[in-house]
Amino acid sequence: MKHGTLARTVKLGISSLLLHKLRSLLTTLGVLFGTSSVIAMLAIGEGASEEAQEQIRQLGSRNVILRSIKPREDFATGGGQSVRVLSYGLTEEDLARIEETFPGVARVVPVREIYEEVRFSDRMLNPRVMATLPVYRDVTGRVVAEGRFITDQDEYGVANVCVLSYEAARYLFPVTSPIGEEIKIGADYYTVVGTTLDRVRQQSDLAAAGKSSAEVFIPLETGRKWYGNMQVKLRAGSREMEEVELHEIVVEVEDPANVELVANACREMLKRNHKQSDYEIVVPLELLMRAEETKRIFNIVLGSIASISLLVGGIGIMNVMLATVTERTREIGIRRALGAKRRHIVSQFLVECVVLSVGGGLLGVVLGLATPLVVEHYAEMRTIITPTAPILAFLISSGVGVLFGIYPAWRAATMDPVEALRHE
Amino acid sequence: MSDPSRVPVAELIGVTREYRMGQNLVRALDEFSFTFGRGEYWAVMGSSGSGKSTLLNVLGCIDRPTSGDYKVDGISTARLGDDELSEVRSRKLGFVFQSYNLIPQLNVLENIMVPLFYQDEPPADGEERARKLAERVGLAKRLDHKPTELSGGQQQRVAIARALVNQPALILADEATGNLDSATALEILALFDELHAEGRTIVLVTHEPDVGERAQHVLRLKDGRIESVKRGQNSAAGAQA
Repeated sequence: MKHGTLARTVKLGISSLLLHKLRSLLTTLGVLFGTSSVIAMLAIGEGASEEAQEQIRQLGSRNVILRSIKPREDFATGGGQSVRVLSYGLTEEDLARIEETFPGVARVVPVREIYEEVRFSDRMLNPRVMATLPVYRDVTGRVVAEGRFITDQDEYGVANVCVLSYEAARYLFPVTSPIGEEIKIGADYYTVVGTTLDRVRQQSDLAAAGKSSAEVFIPLETGRKWYGNMQVKLRAGSREMEEVELHEIVVEVEDPANVELVANACREMLKRNHKQSDYEIVVPLELLMRAEETKRIFNIVLGSIASISLLVGGIGIMNVMLATVTERTREIGIRRALGAKRRHIVSQFLVECVVLSVGGGLLGVVLGLATPLVVEHYAEMRTIITPTAPILAFLISSGVGVLFGIYPAWRAATMDPVEALRHE
Repeated sequence: MSDPSRVPVAELIGVTREYRMGQNLVRALDEFSFTFGRGEYWAVMGSSGSGKSTLLNVLGCIDRPTSGDYKVDGISTARLGDDELSEVRSRKLGFVFQSYNLIPQLNVLENIMVPLFYQDEPPADGEERARKLAERVGLAKRLDHKPTELSGGQQQRVAIARALVNQPALILADEATGNLDSATALEILALFDELHAEGRTIVLVTHEPDVGERAQHVLRLKDGRIESVKRGQNSAAGAQA
């Protein structure tokens, strides 16, 4: 019987709302957009932060990355024909110091970059050509897709072999397998022995193209042998000589808790040994923590915006319900005269509010779930819908309806029946 | 008045109802005592401001006396709370208004059933009762019509069916024919005559002498007091016999 009463009240509420379709629809819109924007924003925010964290994690959360950077050219005179030699960056000495004296360091991997073009038949590419050790794969968490990575034999034998990243392989070998093929790096030929998975690809197929750069790996010794420290960098309109011993040193720390200590030690050591600031230190763990902090702030901001928009939606419902109550004063009087108790009137109007807000909330959830798909498709952004987001948004929107419906419903119920019946 | 065969249905005992109108205190009912007996058909008449509307509101339990007591079907209402008073309305009283006062979003059948919906324990045969009543007032074929699709006379018939659905002790009618043309008004009045003949208790407020004359008894009010009581023959008792 109780159940039947509720069903009738809901049915009555819906039929009352249908008397004013446009008004009900417009009232619902407030909650609808509030709910859907909460879900959509959360999904986009979650996706962006996840992507940032993924990129940081790929750098390795146990790693400290030292990079050579060109010092600022304060005296850029643009010397026409004169060829300047710019000498900067990390040195073999730095590498040796870290390897030999730093405690708590598991592995240290040097990287040299070769500024050369890569060609296969008529296809040409300008990838990041890196001469490095076999452990590079392990330390940076790269995954072999086909063939193998550089091995110690390659290293000792100073072999002319190379490994292509997914991006490079796809460009140079659009249809065939690159394994066993000979590609040209600069003036020399190298045999392709393997390919690695694209870094973003390891996680998902999403937007792989834009995100990762083409990479080619060769053994460190091979790089040392064929390309000296002195390299020519071609720039628009000018040639530049650069002397860089090592472009990157990846330091893997044994215990993740010590990452910061090691990073500080590196910072101190480099500061002492480098006259100019021709290096940078990237600590993925720090970045990760910073990204998490950013995400926390983002969620707080988002939560505030969401609650404001739902508040506005709730006020909209209250406004309309107050107008409805006034408009239906006579109906309230009739119902009271026919025996309706105050709680009947309260539940009648409250049910209408709940129908409006739950309806708006449900539509909002649908729209909120659809929006990230559209964003993902057209803006090529990653979005993540956590299961709690739609549930939370829906519950809050329904709660808002009840909360803002209480006052109008109470006003309706406490009307004097005689006055209400007299109302035109 | 002290007829021992009369069973009181609505008993007003020293009822006073005062309103505050700005600075003035208006006494709409002044120490009013009267008894409406079972099976009687009363017309309450009087000029505007005589207190007949207030009397009807008090009888209908939608207004409370400032002092005095009102007993409906033996239940004293003076100390009842809002919920209990509402329950009395939904069980003991039937209302027929001048402007029909049907609920626009409900159809004929639903409108007839409204008073049952508000009872604490609605009867199981509510819908069947409503159908029978609709048939009785000649609207069996319009059960799913909305009030706006009906003529004034038809709407008032629905309202009368609604007033009967809870098998009330007392039927209250407030200018029930006021909005109808004379032919339709006569039909509605004939319906009241029928109800009276069945032994129902009816109190009809009107200012039209023609309407008042059709009732069994006439009570005239003036300034919140009884001006005159005109009793007719006890046709209800005859009908019951």
